[in-house]
Amino acid sequence: MLDFDILFPSVLNGITTGAVYALIALGLTLIYGVLHIINFAHGAALMVALYGVFFLKEKLGIDPYWALPIMVPAMFVLGYALQRVVINRASHGKDENILLVTLGISIVLENLALILFHSDTRTIETAYTLQTVAIGPAMIALPKLVAFAGALVTSGLLLLVVQKTDLGRAIRAVSKEKQGARLMGIDVDHVYAMCYGLGLVCLGAAACFLLPAYYVNPQVGSGFVLVAFTIVVLGGMGSFSGALLGGLLIGVVESVGGLLLGESLGQIGIFVIFIAVLLLRPQGIFGARA
Amino acid sequence: MSATPLLKIDGISKSFGGLRAVHDVSLAIERGSLTALIGPNGAGKTTLFALASGFIPPDAGRVHLDGQDITGHPPHRNAVLGLTRTFQIVQPFAAQTVRENIAVGAHLHLARRSAALHYADGIARQVGLEGQLDKLANDLTVAGRKRVEMARALATRPRLLLLDEVLAGLNPQEIAEMIPVVRAIAHSGITVLMIEHVMQAVMSLAQHVLVLAQGQLIAQGTPQDVTSNPAVVEAYLGHGTAERLRKAAAQAALRESTS
Amino acid sequence: MKDLGAIAVFVLLVGLIPFCTDSGVTLNFVMTALYACLLSQAWNVLGGFGGQFSFGHALFFGTGAYAQAIVQMQWGLNPWLALPLAMVFSAVVGALVGGASFRYGLKGSYFALVTLACAEVFRIVAVTVPFTGAGVGLMLPLRESAASMQFGSRAGFVWLMLGLVALALLVTSWLKHSRFGAYLQAVRDNEDAARAIGVNPFRVKLAATVVSAALMGAGGAFYVQVFQYIDPGIAFGPHTSVEALVGAIVGGLGTLWGPVLGAVCLHILADLTRNLFGALPGINMVIYGSVLILIVMLLPSGVAGLGRYNPLRRKSTKVPPE
Repeated sequence: MLDFDILFPSVLNGITTGAVYALIALGLTLIYGVLHIINFAHGAALMVALYGVFFLKEKLGIDPYWALPIMVPAMFVLGYALQRVVINRASHGKDENILLVTLGISIVLENLALILFHSDTRTIETAYTLQTVAIGPAMIALPKLVAFAGALVTSGLLLLVVQKTDLGRAIRAVSKEKQGARLMGIDVDHVYAMCYGLGLVCLGAAACFLLPAYYVNPQVGSGFVLVAFTIVVLGGMGSFSGALLGGLLIGVVESVGGLLLGESLGQIGIFVIFIAVLLLRPQGIFGARA
Repeated sequence: MSATPLLKIDGISKSFGGLRAVHDVSLAIERGSLTALIGPNGAGKTTLFALASGFIPPDAGRVHLDGQDITGHPPHRNAVLGLTRTFQIVQPFAAQTVRENIAVGAHLHLARRSAALHYADGIARQVGLEGQLDKLANDLTVAGRKRVEMARALATRPRLLLLDEVLAGLNPQEIAEMIPVVRAIAHSGITVLMIEHVMQAVMSLAQHVLVLAQGQLIAQGTPQDVTSNPAVVEAYLGHGTAERLRKAAAQAALRESTS
Repeated sequence: MKDLGAIAVFVLLVGLIPFCTDSGVTLNFVMTALYACLLSQAWNVLGGFGGQFSFGHALFFGTGAYAQAIVQMQWGLNPWLALPLAMVFSAVVGALVGGASFRYGLKGSYFALVTLACAEVFRIVAVTVPFTGAGVGLMLPLRESAASMQFGSRAGFVWLMLGLVALALLVTSWLKHSRFGAYLQAVRDNEDAARAIGVNPFRVKLAATVVSAALMGAGGAFYVQVFQYIDPGIAFGPHTSVEALVGAIVGGLGTLWGPVLGAVCLHILADLTRNLFGALPGINMVIYGSVLILIVMLLPSGVAGLGRYNPLRRKSTKVPPE
């Protein structure tokens, strides 16, 4: 079982999946780091993005990678609107309300999808879906390699935005000292909404990279939510490098775990890590005590 | 005094990530006394309360309540032993009524709900809240909420009560009304240690004063001793002030004697 | 006491319904409405009175359901004995999950996440392990008789569930009028202040979790008896978790009748929608989710608004706050 020829491809696959996980987790980290909210709607939003990419291909014949310039702004707008119109208004300044309203959003989105699209699992076919690339003894699906590269590039771009742009500076100011930022004339509500929008942008990009090698159905969101949370908690709430490293790590754990324990039990490995980290080291590897 | 002090703190220290909040503080509080703990902002007074009551474990040192070592005890255990505290920023059970707030304290010694609620009525009278028993704690003024917190603590029948700035945020009228309440508590036999910035209260209430500055105990004595102690003046007004004040006073005295 | 009287009246009125009508549809509606009440009341013990929001309460529901089935099928126990046993199993799981969570100081979102993760872990285990029937689930053999808790008509189930709801109401009433309840609500409202006056938050929260879990487990056991079937999705999936919490929140957290009111209203709403749009899979959840969002958005302080704000309480005029 632990033969290199079997383990190596499993690890590589895990890393490629992990990069996409990392991108998803990065969005969650951004939202948590600035708004200090645990975005329960993250998985459902990813599901919405995946359906978006799916229908762009099915109905309009747009290739997922070419869908990026459509999905990214669309998800940004969705995120901005959700935060500004629903979440902000529902919070009344208390965490428990935000928790419940994002839960509510995830339930509504997931079940609307169930009603509209039924529970069938859909996949897309493109010219390159079945192509593979040889790396050592491993044959890695081409879409997965593209996903790996794409996820890393997008993560890098997001980090650039946060570090170098005016918006990024405003975001960092608000996350550190909300009242002070407000006094300096920063429109905090606007920044919050921009931030949530950026968080969903990660999902839009991730969806474009994911769909060629994956699938979509109304329940995919819940599968990703807990994985994303595990990564964020493992890496440390609010730590970008933690989210990236955590993502890669979890990807590998899932892949190798599935290899050793079978598909479903392998999933348990992730949840066990999640519960263990929450109990024993809630600040994660890199984060400050949340 | 040959009796054991009610509260004895030996060499207690606490640092937060390199910042020394409290350093090697030792003190003794005698039974039945009313002691004030004063000092400039950031001196570590509230940290000392948290250490004494069990909210924070000390890095070093020990705390004894009536001869019993309570170092490291959780706060609820100390409450059972007769040590309770109030908070600098008042912490009522906001959505509960005044009576219900106080009753939670009363339940420490009374199991039955009706008994606790009845006892709460009595305690409320002690602190002047009898007209507000049915109001939600949230709907009271700051002064009212502070009384609720005091009443709640009193309902636990404490032997030692730590009051953290009960007068903060009150206007002069409210301060004047609160001082007799605190005095009455002390007269009822409860030992009181209070952190206070309002000097009027310190002078009129305290028999004994402790001064904390930068995490260390720099002076103690009667209110008169302490306020004329140059080290204390320095701690509040800055280095060299005591000397300047002394010189100014000497010059004024000289002018008077030569005029 | 007023509350006990009200509970007695409620039990009497609802208990008379099976004598007043033979309609299977009506009795079924009453039975499922009472079932929803139990779930929300169970959640309310920990969520409303304890202030700890669990997003995976199905964990206890599923444990109770599987326990009820397995204890009968593997150990041959009578279902009337199995029911309390199922509640005990759920209580034990509650103690373990609550104990670990609170021992490590988990609160708020983190507690919600852990309960969600635990429910998911149990679901995966139930899918994999043979003695739960794996993905196929378990079917309770048909043995129609009152002695085997499989009533011929819905009336029997209505009275059984009424009994469980009455139990939950009594427990809730006890929370309102006991020292334990006062301590629990104190921890909910301000844990540090509670600690300072002698309350042990860990013990109190743990006990609340155990009680909440036991009641939820009863709901699970009941489900198995009525529908004679359980599988991992039904047992540990999000539907039950959501149904329990939305009913409690909508009706009023931390109150006696709030969860009953909320559960019944949601139930009626779901029924109406089914009549209008047909039995679309997922339509219930869309309703629950939308109601949740609206309630949190529109009430003055979100979920705290309905439950703790009680206009009947204000006997004196309001003093203007600072």
